[in-house]
Amino acid sequence: MHVLQGNALSPLQLEDFGRSLLDSEADIPAGVIGPDGKAAPKRFSVYRNNVMVSLIEALEQNFPAVMKMLGPGYFKALSKLYVETHPPQSPVMMWFGSSFPDFIDTFEPLALYPYLGDLARFEWAWLQAYHAKDAEIFDPGVLSDLGADALAELTFDLHPSVRIVQSKWPVLSLAEANRFGTRSVDSIEIEGGEDVLISRPALDVIVFRLKPGAASFLIGIAEGLSLGEAAAQAESLNEMFDLGAVLRDSFEAGAFIKVSM
Amino acid sequence: MAELSVFDQPERVASAIPNRAGAGLKPEHVSEILNSKTSVAFFEVHAENYMGDGGVPHHQLEAIRARFPISMHGVGLSIGADGPLDRAHLGRLKALNERYEPGLFSEHLAWSTHGDTYFNDLLPVPYDEPTLTRVCDHIDEVQETLGRTMLLENPSTYVAFEQSTMSELAFLNEIVRRTGCGLLLDVNNVYVSCVNHQRSAIDYIDEFPIDVVGELHLGGHAPDVDDAGRPLLIDAHDREVDAAVWDLYKRLLERTGPLPTLIEWDNDVPEWNILLSEARLADALLCETKGSRVKSNARLAG
Repeated sequence: MHVLQGNALSPLQLEDFGRSLLDSEADIPAGVIGPDGKAAPKRFSVYRNNVMVSLIEALEQNFPAVMKMLGPGYFKALSKLYVETHPPQSPVMMWFGSSFPDFIDTFEPLALYPYLGDLARFEWAWLQAYHAKDAEIFDPGVLSDLGADALAELTFDLHPSVRIVQSKWPVLSLAEANRFGTRSVDSIEIEGGEDVLISRPALDVIVFRLKPGAASFLIGIAEGLSLGEAAAQAESLNEMFDLGAVLRDSFEAGAFIKVSM
Repeated sequence: MAELSVFDQPERVASAIPNRAGAGLKPEHVSEILNSKTSVAFFEVHAENYMGDGGVPHHQLEAIRARFPISMHGVGLSIGADGPLDRAHLGRLKALNERYEPGLFSEHLAWSTHGDTYFNDLLPVPYDEPTLTRVCDHIDEVQETLGRTMLLENPSTYVAFEQSTMSELAFLNEIVRRTGCGLLLDVNNVYVSCVNHQRSAIDYIDEFPIDVVGELHLGGHAPDVDDAGRPLLIDAHDREVDAAVWDLYKRLLERTGPLPTLIEWDNDVPEWNILLSEARLADALLCETKGSRVKSNARLAG
C-alpha cells in the first residue's frame, strides 16, 4: 500500500463512493484499491451489489402482492429503478417504499395496469397497520343503553392501526388473490372499486371490504366528526350508506379505542 | 407461542449475557424457541427490526426477553459517516435499550449513510487520522446518549483505501484508548478481511486486544474471486461457519477463555434446529476451553 500525503478522505470522496454505489454506470471512486494497491472494480461492485440486492429485498418484503402480479424479474427491474431514483432516507427498512405506489403510478410502461399503484398503496397501509402502536379496543357494550340522540353526539378515537384505502380498482380482491391466497386469480374482474378498512386490534391485521359510503363515514370519524355528522356526510355522498353495517364492521375490526360522550 | 396478551409486561430474566453461545433471533424461529425446553444462552437482535411502534415484532421480543438475556446489535447508525449521527435514530436506539435492557449493545466500524441517503450496507472506512477523530466523536456521542459502554465490531471489507495511514488493529486500538468503548470481535470478519487483503488471520487474532472484547461473532461467508482472480470472500451470513473460522475461534479461546459467542445467520435462514446445532458447536468449545484472560470485562456489560 502506498500513502498519498495530504490526501485525507474528504466528504466529497465519500460522496463519490456513495454516488457510485447507486449508479452502475459511474466510475468507481478514486483511491479504492485491492491488495496490490491497484483499482479494484470487481471488489467495489460487491458493495454495489449488496446495496441494490438488499434494498430490492426490502421492497419485496413490503410489496409481495405487487411482486406476485409483476413476476419476480419485472419486480426486481422496477425496484432497481426505484432504488436508483428514490433511495431510502432511513435505516429502518420497514419504512422503505412510502413513495413506491406513486412511482408505480407514474411509470409509463405499466400504464396498462393502472390498478398496481393502488395495490401497492393497500400493501403500504397493511404494513403501517402491522407495525402500529398497540392499543386496547373499546367495548361497544357500553353504548347499549344510549338513545338515538345521545348516540349521534358520540365521537370516537380510531385505533392507531386503522387505515382506510379507497380505490376505483378492486384492490382487496387483488390482494386476496396475490397475497393472502384466499381467492383464485382467475376469479377477478378488474372493474368496480373497493374501499378497505385495515386494522390490527391485537396481533393479526384484519381487512374488511367496506360497503358504499362507509369509507367516508370512517374518514369523518377520524377527522373528529360526531357519529351523527359523519353519518350525514356519508349519506349525502352515497344514498346506499348503511350506518348499522359500518358500525358492526368497525366494532368487529376493533377500529375504535375510545368513545367521548 | 406462549399466551401473552399484547399488553402484558412479563417478568424477565436478568440482563447479563453469559459466556456461552447465542443465536441471532429470526421471527420465523420464535414460536419454536418459545415451545422448546432446550435452547441457546442468549439471543441477539438487530435493533432496526424493532423500531416499529407495536405489533408482532415487539410482542415476540417481549416473550423472548422474558426468558433470555438479549444483546442488541445496531446495523444502521453509520458511525463512520462523514456527517453527524442521525439523532432521531440514536433516540430510537436509546428507547429500545431502555425498553429491553440488553446485556450488551454493539455497532459497526462502518458507514451506511451519506447526506440523506441510507445505503443499507456496512461500507468501509479509510484508516486515517480524520476518520479516527470522527469515529471517536461518534462513539462518545453514542455512549453518552445511551449511558453505557458500547462494543464496536471489526468489519468485513472487500477494498482498501489508498489514503489509509494505519492498520485496522492500530485504528481499533486507538478508538478503544480514546473512547473507552469495548470491541466485538467477529472471527468470520477477521478471516474474510484477511483473505481479501492477503494478510495473516492468525497474526490478526493473536494481536487483537482481547482485554476489551465483550462478545464474539461467528458466521458463514461465500467464496468468490476478485478482478485478478484472487480469492474474495463475501460476508454473506448465509451458511454454516467455515472450518477455517472454527480453527481461528479455537485458537482465540485459548487466549481469552469463554466469551459470549453469537452465531449469525441472516440470509437463506435455515430451520431453527440447524442454527441451534451451530450454536451448540460453539457452546461445546466454550465449555471445554482452558483458556482464561487476566482482566475482567465487567465494565463492558454496563
